[in-house]
Amino acid sequence: MATVAATAPGSGRPRRRLRERLGGIAWGTVAWFAAIIFFFPVFWMVLTSFKPESAAYTNPPKFFFNPTLDQYKAVFSTGMGPFLANSAIATVISVLLVLLLATPAAYALSMRPVGRWRDALFFFISTKMLPVVAAIVPIYLAVRDIGLLDSIPTLIVLYTAMNLPIAVWMMRSFFLEVPGEILEAARIDGADLRHELTEVVMPVVAPGLAATALICAIFAWNEFFFALNLTSIRSATMPVFLVSFVTSEGLFWAKLAAAATLASVPVLIAGWIAQRQLVRGLSMGAIK
Amino acid sequence: MGVYQSHVTEITYPRTGSANHLEEVAIARRRRVAAIAAALTLGGCSAAGAGGGGGAGPHGVALRVAIVANPQMQDVEKLTSEFEKANPDIKVNYVTLPENESRAKITASVSTQSNEFDVVMISNYETPMWARFGWISDLQPYMSKTPGYDESDFIPSIRKSLSYRGDMYSVPFYGESSFLVYRKDLFAKAGLKMPAHPTWTQIAGFARRLTNKAKGIAGICLRGEAGWGQVLAPLDTVINTFGGRWYDPSWHAQLTSPADERAVSFYVNLVTKYGEPGAAGSGFAECATQYGQGSAAMWYDATSTAGTIEDKATSTVVGKNGYVPAPVMKTPNSGWLYTWSLAIPKTSPNQQAAWRFISWATSKAYIKLVGSKLGWASLPPGSRLSTYQIPQYRQAAKAFASPTLQAIEHADPNHPTVQPVPYVGVQFLDIPEFQDLGTRVSQQVTAAIAGQESVSSALSTSQKYASTVGDGYRK
Amino acid sequence: MATATADQAVHLPGARGQDRRSREGWIRRLPLMPALVFTIVVTQIPFLLTLYYSLQSWNIAKPGSPHWVGLHNYVDVFSDPVFYGALLHTIEITFGSVLIATLLGLGLAILLDRKFLGRGLVRTLLISPFLIMPTAAALLWKTTMLDPVYGIVNWVIGWFGAAPVDFVSKHPLGSVIATVVWQWTPFEMLILLAGLQGQPRDVLEAARVDGASAWASFREITLPHLRSYLELGVLLGSIYVVNTFDTIYMITQGGPGTATTNLPFYIYQRAFEGFDIGQAAALGVVTVVGTIIVATIALRTVFRVFIENESRA
Repeated sequence: MATVAATAPGSGRPRRRLRERLGGIAWGTVAWFAAIIFFFPVFWMVLTSFKPESAAYTNPPKFFFNPTLDQYKAVFSTGMGPFLANSAIATVISVLLVLLLATPAAYALSMRPVGRWRDALFFFISTKMLPVVAAIVPIYLAVRDIGLLDSIPTLIVLYTAMNLPIAVWMMRSFFLEVPGEILEAARIDGADLRHELTEVVMPVVAPGLAATALICAIFAWNEFFFALNLTSIRSATMPVFLVSFVTSEGLFWAKLAAAATLASVPVLIAGWIAQRQLVRGLSMGAIK
Repeated sequence: MGVYQSHVTEITYPRTGSANHLEEVAIARRRRVAAIAAALTLGGCSAAGAGGGGGAGPHGVALRVAIVANPQMQDVEKLTSEFEKANPDIKVNYVTLPENESRAKITASVSTQSNEFDVVMISNYETPMWARFGWISDLQPYMSKTPGYDESDFIPSIRKSLSYRGDMYSVPFYGESSFLVYRKDLFAKAGLKMPAHPTWTQIAGFARRLTNKAKGIAGICLRGEAGWGQVLAPLDTVINTFGGRWYDPSWHAQLTSPADERAVSFYVNLVTKYGEPGAAGSGFAECATQYGQGSAAMWYDATSTAGTIEDKATSTVVGKNGYVPAPVMKTPNSGWLYTWSLAIPKTSPNQQAAWRFISWATSKAYIKLVGSKLGWASLPPGSRLSTYQIPQYRQAAKAFASPTLQAIEHADPNHPTVQPVPYVGVQFLDIPEFQDLGTRVSQQVTAAIAGQESVSSALSTSQKYASTVGDGYRK
Repeated sequence: MATATADQAVHLPGARGQDRRSREGWIRRLPLMPALVFTIVVTQIPFLLTLYYSLQSWNIAKPGSPHWVGLHNYVDVFSDPVFYGALLHTIEITFGSVLIATLLGLGLAILLDRKFLGRGLVRTLLISPFLIMPTAAALLWKTTMLDPVYGIVNWVIGWFGAAPVDFVSKHPLGSVIATVVWQWTPFEMLILLAGLQGQPRDVLEAARVDGASAWASFREITLPHLRSYLELGVLLGSIYVVNTFDTIYMITQGGPGTATTNLPFYIYQRAFEGFDIGQAAALGVVTVVGTIIVATIALRTVFRVFIENESRA
């Protein structure tokens, strides 16, 4: 670790403390300012969703108005339920499937790494870089031929494939967290593989599992391209529901904002609740 | 409040931890996992009955209908329960998408025989082609067997545009042409008078006089957004009436001909000098907003605009508007012709049920139903002559009903311009390549409107695209 | 930091030699197999099909079936100026967005690394853009934020006396990048924040006691420590941003002209507006091959995890 050259120590303590407190206030102000800027579009989306349509596009923009639930009523009246359910099913099942496939794979790439594990990991990550657009027509035709157009299983398979690389990557990092000493101790004590996994490995890896699940859920819930092209009536998801409010004849910003808010809320809340896991989960790949 | 633990302390604990400690941590974590899992399944509780397309009873049919997300189509969705009440053996499920997505999806699905839909919403662009290709069903036999359907009531120009070899292959849900709407109050204030049949030269003069940047008023609103259904629609009518064309009768591209170049320069100039701000990104919706909010003095667009700007809920200029036919130069008329219509893909196993739905949604009775339930001003215009005889509609649409009907009746897709052409269509060409060609050319025009390219370079690039397509027809 | 011992990777000194070792190897490989096979089937079969279609001439908007044209579609791709433009825009959008998002993310992470009133709430607000559905975000930016007449951004710059700007048509790439940056900055921030919080506090404190300036300790201690976190952020960010489609589709439709057409959007257009399946497939193959080459070079030279001797095993 680089050491910093010593320079003369700072002057008197009390002055320093005062400066620090003032600095802290300034620091907080800057941070709050940044947060407000970044959050503003979200705030504005929610605000707009409570406006009557005529107040949605005004110049200057309106901050105060008579709030109305009309837009939400309009959105609900178009039958959001099936879309929401489809999104939930596709997300939850694909995430479970991802964990089921990624966890053993990550184990094989970390705890008892197979030969050429680096190539395997590289292969997983490289599939993530392929533009899915490139293959959409072959996928469409193949799915049509096996009779699975407009079905949730199709989405589940594709979302699983889409999230698997990132999940393997993250889970592998979590496995590497398992301290070797404990593992060794357990082995010397004669623990078999099953015990090693359930009693030593899983407790350390469990929060990682949660973080991975959350990340995969975010991407699955928000996925638009496959949903747009491969579903139509029975299995369309929330992003498709959202774009059905984009009409080329007449602007309906307020209704659009209400639909956008409803489409985003589940992930937004899940993300807020689990933000600590998010911080941890995302950064794990950096360590190993 | 400790916002979050240090990363390091969280991951290094077990190094010295006893088994006990390990277990405690594990329990705490398991709780957290459960919390997240609960959060993840949020909204998933209704999962059981997923799939919008529920069946319709043991012997019923669940129809799969693909429509475009326009307000009038959304009205159909609202009124579907009436249809289902009268036809208890049929359940209708919709997929509603914006125009571009919907067109891409329907074309891909119908052309690859994917049997995803029983009813599709298409237009007079696709209908004759798809009828020729054998992708959609002939509706004539169904129509003649449906008492009271009265297909001779469809406006003749619309009916013709949806026919192939004399039979209709799709039926109009609504139809439109183009005309020019202007603010009578602003014209009066400026001491201007709109002629009954204006020319584009006159319109350009008015636009110059009425543009008021300080007050945020544009002289004229014109579409500039890329897309063959966006900027190219009004622009093609301008090209036609300036005497220009896409191809000569032997399919040589004409986009760099003097007439085409004059027309496109005129349009680009007009919209960049006296048009709305953000012209390169403005389509129908943006112009509707701007004109409706009083930020434009004129607007040349579809006849269906009238419904939006004469509606108090969306417009602040109700009752202040005059309507005149599409401006001309060398042709007597210049309006386009467009209709959203309903067709049945050949692959649908539910042809009979699909027809029952279509005949309901395009019947005289449906139009009256919309009028009585949702308001007479919002009924689907431009499909049936009888619509214009309904007293309540004549009252509600006093300002624009007859200009609309006249515009539609006068549109002539078979003779769009002065010189002969090898294609049919005013604002499009009835060839499968046109979607792509039109989109690419429209992108060039939009770039010229945005000032990123000159008109002549935009046109010479467009000419290359058009020549490639033309070559395919000369072989 | 805890590192597992190397012996995990060492094979058991098998008395029965080869046989046992290969069986052992298969047992180890077994847990990897389901994921590997699944990924190969789901991602490689469509790629092979794409390869097949790229050698065919097939326009699905016209009747008729595909027929063999050899490399004709590839010749078209390489003589198409729009393709080169799309390539350039892909690079611009990816580099621009990831770079700006990482820098902003770093700044925000540094802000959040210090205690102040309401820090938890600030972090919650800051991560929100990442959680918003990208389709919704794009629509939101196109309409309520960047609209030339009713958009908030123009209203704000109006306070400073600036004339309204039609962002989406005058600065189309900038508008797209701004939206992407808004969505991905929180992601970079989260990764870097974890990095900052994993810093050895005692070293920082020691440096401070020694009177090192804030900048010096940032440069000498923090930045080297953050290196692997920055790498990860850039890697993951690039993987997602290079495939940006929703944002462009919703905001600019690749325009004006082709000013914001990136490769994914261009392929989509060839496939779903041109319905030219052969050409779209050829474009796809070229893109995939190009991406793999760039990715291999980048991953194997820059990112530590893929560089042999720097990691375990």
